[in-house]
Amino acid sequence: MGRAEREYGITVSPLPAGTAASKEYSLTELMVIAGAREIADGEMVFVGMRLPMLAYAVAKRTHAPNAIGLYDNGIIRMAGGAEPLRTVGDPSNVGGATQCGQTIDVMGYLQQGRVQVGFLGGAEVDRFGNVNTLWGSRGGETQRLPGSGGGCDIACLAQRSVVMIPHQRDRFRERVGHITSPGYGSGNGWRAAHRLPARTGPSAIISNLGIMRFGSDGEAFLASIHPGVQVEQVLAATGWTLRVADALLDTSGPSATELEAVRAVDPDHFWTR
Amino acid sequence: MSHSKLTTMQEAMARHVPSGSMIALGTQLAQMIPFAAGHELIRQGKRDLTLVGPASDILFDQMIGAGCVSRVMASWIGNLTAGVGHCYRRAVERQIPERVDTVDYTNFTMALALHAAAMGVPFMPTYTTFGSDLGARNGNLREFPSPVNEDKLIAVRALRPDVAIIHVQRADVFGNAHLWGSLGVAVDAARAARSAIVIAEEIVAPEVIASDPNRTLIPEFLVAAVVHEPFGAHPSPVQGYYGRDHAYFTQYHEQSRELDDFEQWLQRWVLRLAGRPEYMKQVGDCRVAELAVREHAYSAPADFGY
Repeated sequence: MGRAEREYGITVSPLPAGTAASKEYSLTELMVIAGAREIADGEMVFVGMRLPMLAYAVAKRTHAPNAIGLYDNGIIRMAGGAEPLRTVGDPSNVGGATQCGQTIDVMGYLQQGRVQVGFLGGAEVDRFGNVNTLWGSRGGETQRLPGSGGGCDIACLAQRSVVMIPHQRDRFRERVGHITSPGYGSGNGWRAAHRLPARTGPSAIISNLGIMRFGSDGEAFLASIHPGVQVEQVLAATGWTLRVADALLDTSGPSATELEAVRAVDPDHFWTR
Repeated sequence: MSHSKLTTMQEAMARHVPSGSMIALGTQLAQMIPFAAGHELIRQGKRDLTLVGPASDILFDQMIGAGCVSRVMASWIGNLTAGVGHCYRRAVERQIPERVDTVDYTNFTMALALHAAAMGVPFMPTYTTFGSDLGARNGNLREFPSPVNEDKLIAVRALRPDVAIIHVQRADVFGNAHLWGSLGVAVDAARAARSAIVIAEEIVAPEVIASDPNRTLIPEFLVAAVVHEPFGAHPSPVQGYYGRDHAYFTQYHEQSRELDDFEQWLQRWVLRLAGRPEYMKQVGDCRVAELAVREHAYSAPADFGY
């Protein structure tokens, strides 16, 4: 049991048996770094809580120093942060911000289509990238989850949305029981039929095992696999028959700079074991 | 002629928040959550409250666990750094201590619902929540055809809380308030509500407020009561005053996991205490010192001269 689980009641997915545990970094750290790599320099980024918050901070400290961060409490931040973060409302995230506006202001930018990439987490994701953060089911028991937060807004309105979620069979489901944040619904054409703005939708699901991307039919496929992880492990931890790219990539391990950046924003490994 | 609205927390909650009220709180998201006000409502045994807000970290959970709440209209109900809210889950899944209904919003739709009321119109249009199952369960999100083009949009119905409880850095005794940092939906919530209660870290002279009018985000005519309550937002942070007490959220998560433990928590941190000064004594000087601002960062003065 890791620290986050012991002290904070956070369920951390155990690594599948046989996964090479690196002494240099954890797969959760690599997950954060893979999230950071989804951000191109200069982009406007809608930053969610937890791992997305770290991913954005890592991108700012490495390859995307000119990215602009928008937070749903109204903060717009051009400067990178030097301090560790637990929530996006931590005073260190306000200090040095460029603007502290209102929720409706940053959501307006999102709705205008100005925001290139937004991040969201969730309890469950399905083969079309739909995310459930409302009603979970574990071992046949229905659980009420905290809710959308800004996740649904990001999934509806960001040009690209990136879902960050630990890879477990009961989280990667064939079909989520409740679509809180829409991905590609039931496949190609679904978003347009449901009147979601054109040129929006999920671009990646990033887990602690690999990176899933979406075909033109709206279905997720395994595009890249993290170092030391076997394809069979990913398939076993996925609740549907996950397609695998013909040209499956190997996720690059973290560079020294990336690893240093993750540890600067999460020095106690609160979020990253 | 302005008159002072300065009063005590007890009096403000007793007079302005009867059982059955719809109250907006936690409007600044992770910052400036009015915990002291929520705890006083629990002590006064309020019932049948409707809580409105994007989120209130663990305050919603505490008020639900204490049996004050029959309905929550929010976008996120849990513990920001630890995950689920145990009391909320008990209430929704097992009706303990009583049934709580949820009307689910997103952060944007909650902001729009309050903005519509602040603007005095019945709804605000948006494209968010299309394709989400939220709309099917929340009758306040309704599809309609745009009158000016071929689009369809979602109408987010205006929400008009009876009262908005807003924690701020400083206010004068009339209720003119300066707040800064994480604003969230606070400004629209104050305007949307029938009245606002301002909880301030400091009470300042009207001249201080007038020295920086762009920072006056709540004008006195919206405000029914002003309460001076230092540390009233603990364990959430107040920019320039104190940091977030991360450990407190973690401890609450553990101490609310089981019903018996939560009842003890409630006795220890709310019911047995007279108010915030006693609560802060229990938090302890040591912890208070740890939360203090390490390095002050004052804004450059703006010249309002003419």
